[in-house]
Amino acid sequence: MSKILKPKDIPEEEFILSGTRACSGCGLSLAYRFALKALGKNTIITVPASCSTVLHGMYPCAAVNLPMLNTAFESTGASASGIRAALNILGKKDITVLAWAGDGGTTDIGIQSLSGAAERGTDIIYACYDNEAYMNTGTQRSGSTPFGAYTTTTPSGKKQRRKNMPKIMAAHGIPYVATANAVYPIDLFQKFRRAKDEFKGDTRYIHIFSPCPPGWGFEPQDLIKIGKLGTETGIWDLYEIINGKFTLNNITMKIVQGKIKRKPVVDYFRAQKRFNTLSNNAIRRIQEEIDKKFQEYENSFA
Amino acid sequence: MEKNKYKPWRSIPDDIRFEDLPTCPLAISDKGSIGNTGEWRTFRPVINKEKCTKCMTCWTYCPEGVIYEDNDELFIDYTYCKGCLICYSECPVNAIEKVREEI
Ligand SMILES: Cc1ncc(C[n+]2csc(CCOP(=O)(O)OP(=O)(O)O)c2C)c(N)n1
Ligand code: SF4
Ligand code: SF4
Ligand code: SF4
Ligand SMILES: [Mg+2]
Repeated sequence: MSKILKPKDIPEEEFILSGTRACSGCGLSLAYRFALKALGKNTIITVPASCSTVLHGMYPCAAVNLPMLNTAFESTGASASGIRAALNILGKKDITVLAWAGDGGTTDIGIQSLSGAAERGTDIIYACYDNEAYMNTGTQRSGSTPFGAYTTTTPSGKKQRRKNMPKIMAAHGIPYVATANAVYPIDLFQKFRRAKDEFKGDTRYIHIFSPCPPGWGFEPQDLIKIGKLGTETGIWDLYEIINGKFTLNNITMKIVQGKIKRKPVVDYFRAQKRFNTLSNNAIRRIQEEIDKKFQEYENSFA
Repeated sequence: MEKNKYKPWRSIPDDIRFEDLPTCPLAISDKGSIGNTGEWRTFRPVINKEKCTKCMTCWTYCPEGVIYEDNDELFIDYTYCKGCLICYSECPVNAIEKVREEI
């Protein structure tokens, strides 16, 4: 990745006007704040039913200072395609169209409209902020809820694997796929800038790990710690897939290069109430899988 | 109220009829779309200006974007700061204190 920016390099203008409905200590709010700073004011957003709809506020008042369309839960990809088509007819090709959806809206109900948009190579940036459940409706499991996590529909912990959505999007052959983490906002900013500036004209996809205090069971003031543990333990890796080429970045790359020591996954699991039912045996198995994944990374990148 | 002319909800009088709202549901953005979220706080983060090195870590991590710089000094907008205390736990030099709110 290009030069790492500092807070002073980030534009001061805030597009999310404070006093929103999002919970205190919300990861999605932090990620959204930096994503919008990166895209700037020449942007139109479309958002399906989710915590982001709540954040945006209720008619006739809105919390975000950019044009935004509320769309139906399943149709974010189609909605963004429609906005793009209308802008193209009006000759406004320079406007960025951002589709901003949750993990339920992306990996479950919205996957077909997104897949269609990506297959058409529609000129949009699609971002999925992943709080790993249906949070707006009170924490039900999604296709992106990890193994072992408590939700109201998985009371003894989810028994299935999660979907690997960024890899599904990469399989569409789109030029830019990246993962980000809400608690590394500057890395996230750079990825949105790169998607906007370097890959305009095609579909770009960014998947953001977004810790959620009430849904995951931790104190709002621990947001940054929990989010960082996600990457430092190797649960949530930071990477980009540019024209099919996979590269690790930021902390994940430093771990693989041996510059930072990877933390044990138990630190991540035991810091959140949603993994209370996950047994020590299961944690040991997950640790083995992560070790194997990092062995493969080391073979390719170290 | 002038017919079909938008007004933010806080300034819509009680006797306004539904028909008077604009036909196209266009919302207008403003701070405090849910009111003064500062009222959510149990603890108030207070920056110790003597200790603060202006590293902007708190500014970066604040999910609400309520920390701002003015004349080379950092301030918190307490009207909207939700009191999550992320700034308090992340300040590298412990320049932020938490003070219990009282009614
Ligand atoms: C077709 C349809 N089914 C169900 C709902 C109810 N609903 C609204 S938001 C939501 C959950 C959204 O979850 P996710 O996409 O993960 O976003 P989050 O709330 O976690 O931000 C559901 C089930 C709906 N609005 N439309
Ligand atoms: S439920 Fe979670 S993602 Fe939704 S607003 Fe609250 S903290 Fe944010
Ligand atoms: S994190 Fe602490 S030292 Fe840095 S700017 Fe904020 S208050 Fe000052
Ligand atoms: S307590 Fe939370 S909302 Fe208030 S200034 Fe600190 S980080 Fe921002
Ligand atoms: Mg979700």
